[in-house]
Amino acid sequence: MELLIGLITGIIWGYIFQRARILRFEKHIGLLTLTDLTVLKFLLSGVVVGAIGIQLLTTLGLAPYHLKPTFMAANLVGGVIYGLGWAVLGYCPGTAPGAIGEGSLDGIFGVLGGLVGAATFAHTYPFWKKTLYGIGAYGKISLPMVLHLPPLLVGAIFAGALLAFIAFLEKMGW
Amino acid sequence: MRNGWSPYLGGALTGLLLVASVLVTYQLFGHPRYLGTSTAYVRVSGMIEKAVSPQAVARNEYYRKEGTGIDWKVMLVLGVPLGALLAALRNGEFRLRWVPERWTRCFGNSPVVRAIGAFIGGFLIIYGARLAGGCPSGHGLSGMSQLAVSAFFVVTGFFAGGIPLALILYGRERR
Repeated sequence: MELLIGLITGIIWGYIFQRARILRFEKHIGLLTLTDLTVLKFLLSGVVVGAIGIQLLTTLGLAPYHLKPTFMAANLVGGVIYGLGWAVLGYCPGTAPGAIGEGSLDGIFGVLGGLVGAATFAHTYPFWKKTLYGIGAYGKISLPMVLHLPPLLVGAIFAGALLAFIAFLEKMGW
Repeated sequence: MRNGWSPYLGGALTGLLLVASVLVTYQLFGHPRYLGTSTAYVRVSGMIEKAVSPQAVARNEYYRKEGTGIDWKVMLVLGVPLGALLAALRNGEFRLRWVPERWTRCFGNSPVVRAIGAFIGGFLIIYGARLAGGCPSGHGLSGMSQLAVSAFFVVTGFFAGGIPLALILYGRERR
């Protein structure tokens, strides 16, 4: 049952991806060369809705958080390695398989590279655990915990700031 | 290209999908499923390695931590191309191609060169995402929606790595 729900969620997500033009190499490279912000706009509006919705769910006790731990060095270095790969591949881990569905067969090699990357990481994990993961390790923390403010309030302020940023982007004609 | 949705509509629907997924999976199964895609690669690579060498996978600390085999996350990632195929077919936008047009203008139209580039890029995004703990969906969407501190470091890294390299590779050409 849970597997079926996962599949249905993925199908809906892929449908949205295709309609919103998120599966195109040109859109991802457009973001990274700051010439077409489609992918950024998609992510920004997703976080606006997600931040208010998730903070509502958790505040009302309808679902808990599943926070990813903070390891400052690993978060940053891993993010940069990801960014370098993103610039070459032009898709992300969800949109590479999605691009195949739209007919972009180069996504197949992105997925294969990803599987080899995952296996390589699994075998090099002990090295990172001894090194980077020890730097700036603060555990599962969130902004409301750090700021000692109600999560729903922080979520609303954050969503408001993102909306202001979106308004700015539109005003500047991006 | 004409009949697509606004990225804001697509993003807002994805935000709703995240909230619905967390609510439904927690109420039905007792654990919230936040959208994220890079763990699925680990679960599948572990499953493939297991077929070759079960002992190596059983001994591997990372595979033990993340688990291997088909689960909700793998099904999620399998669903994405199906949904994309459905949307592309319904709107007459399904088109087979080996090399993206923008890539062609910088690196030529050889499918082999593009395949090698995509493979290396794919390797780096998953290696980097696993080191960082997630990708733009796991950290970007789900992490930022939870206001997780880790998400802000990772997303900074995505752009700090991606923007300079993309500008070097493709230049600032407006299309």
